[in-house]
Amino acid sequence: MILKGRKVIAIGDRDGIPGPAIEECAKSAGAEVVFASTECFV
Amino acid sequence: MYPVIRGVSYVLVHTPDMVLHNGTTQTLERETNSDSEYLKVIRNHLRSYDDVIAYPVNQTYIGNIEPEELANLERPWFNKKVENANRYGKFGEIMPEDEFYGLIKSCDVFDLVRLEKSFTQNLKIKFENSNYLKELSNRLGEGSELEEINKLVENGVAEGLYLDDKLVGCVKRAHEFDINLSAHVITENLAVKASGVLAALHIIEKANINKEDIDYIIECSEEACGDMNQRGGGNFAKAIGEIAGLKNATGCDVRGFCAGPTHALLYASTLIQSKVFKNVLVVAGGATAKLGMNGRDHVKKGMPIMEDVLGGFAILVSENDGVNPVVRTDSVGKHSIGAGASPQAVIEAIVAQPLERLNLKFTDVDKYAPEMQNPEVTEPAGAGDVPTQNYKMIAALAVKKGQLERSQINEFVKKHGYVGYAPTQGHVPSGVPILGFAREKMLKGEMNRVMIVGKGSLFLARMTNLFDGISYLIEKNSGIYEDKKELITKDEVKKMVAEALKDFASHLLDE
Repeated sequence: MILKGRKVIAIGDRDGIPGPAIEECAKSAGAEVVFASTECFV
Repeated sequence: MYPVIRGVSYVLVHTPDMVLHNGTTQTLERETNSDSEYLKVIRNHLRSYDDVIAYPVNQTYIGNIEPEELANLERPWFNKKVENANRYGKFGEIMPEDEFYGLIKSCDVFDLVRLEKSFTQNLKIKFENSNYLKELSNRLGEGSELEEINKLVENGVAEGLYLDDKLVGCVKRAHEFDINLSAHVITENLAVKASGVLAALHIIEKANINKEDIDYIIECSEEACGDMNQRGGGNFAKAIGEIAGLKNATGCDVRGFCAGPTHALLYASTLIQSKVFKNVLVVAGGATAKLGMNGRDHVKKGMPIMEDVLGGFAILVSENDGVNPVVRTDSVGKHSIGAGASPQAVIEAIVAQPLERLNLKFTDVDKYAPEMQNPEVTEPAGAGDVPTQNYKMIAALAVKKGQLERSQINEFVKKHGYVGYAPTQGHVPSGVPILGFAREKMLKGEMNRVMIVGKGSLFLARMTNLFDGISYLIEKNSGIYEDKKELITKDEVKKMVAEALKDFASHLLDE
């Protein structure tokens, strides 16, 4: 998926990839991260 | 000397009606979308008590099936039944809902719980025939008229207790305005207390200890008891000890979301090692709020509601007896505030660093115990297989450290991990479910070392974006040994002082 110029909501997983890490990846691909957080699904 | 794990107990309570009336997924759905399809069909997805007992994962939790045996059983597990499944296991039991209501009544010291008369009489017979509940049967009282119970529920001053959808009792609010003492919160807290008491009663027998010998209790569930002026004032620990008859103990509650039990076990261990106490009980009851938490996804996929049990456990930590497994208090790994949140940083801090400090390799640990959630509960909801995800991250770091080949990751996961067999009761899966099997295997000489890894989602309380992680090793006892530091004689002290003075004098002469 091409993220350049897109708005992104990043929801990370405590036992997987945390929100800030996804945010950094999305930003480096040119996306605007409008919300990022790490959540717990258990 | 390192403290030991003297005993462990694990309990489950089948609570199908509490799934409907107390689980937050269901209560919120009723509030926000009362006509929903989910609410219409949910009852068809509730399991019977017999099915819950026969569920292989539950049988593993109470110790009747080894985790290795569960791993070899083809999934799905929920449509498989263990033949001649027993309510009781070597670690604890699976209690039915009616008896649990009796236990809740037994735990009520403020006259807030009402149970119907004939229901109470039936419970009395069951309690008197139970090794664990006999001593509590006189706390059941004589029961109340159904009419009175109905009135209390209809007037909104009490939360109903249902059995097969029929009202059999209620829990009254403890204050007219304080939401912390509302009927809902009191029910939630009495359920924690009652399931904690059940775990405590089991460990007294399993660890073969006199109740009078327990000095201190640490409760580590995730609920908060208090009032509007001190919302989480506490404390469940002493409340549980009072009903379980632990007269010589005091105690306190420790909280840390899913990492709570790992912290609590560490505190217990340090209290023993520092000789403050001789026997410390770590105990936790179950969370009604989490009943049916992923129910929508289970129903969507045609599965039963898998989160239909409350979980509880108790761990007795005692002075080193030369036999039971030790808690290596010098092996603590912690995810400190400045450690960073990437998976690599987390595993580095809580797994790699303590191992490096002790000159151990990743493969020197027989089994790792991160959160041990049953994957059959979490996968349908998209949360994946939590223990396996953690094992893979540990293996990946081992590869990065050059201790493992990339091609060996899957083998590492299988060899150094267990399948998840704990209910998704928040704190319950947090590493500690391994202690029962690990203790047994260490006593038999079949296992040397496990690592408990607790992780807590602190961000859920919206006070910090951080989460938490803490770990340590549990090892086979090498036998009674002398603590040299404590056995230094006067002569040895004199010799050491003389040597130090001699050394000091030689420095003066040099100058």
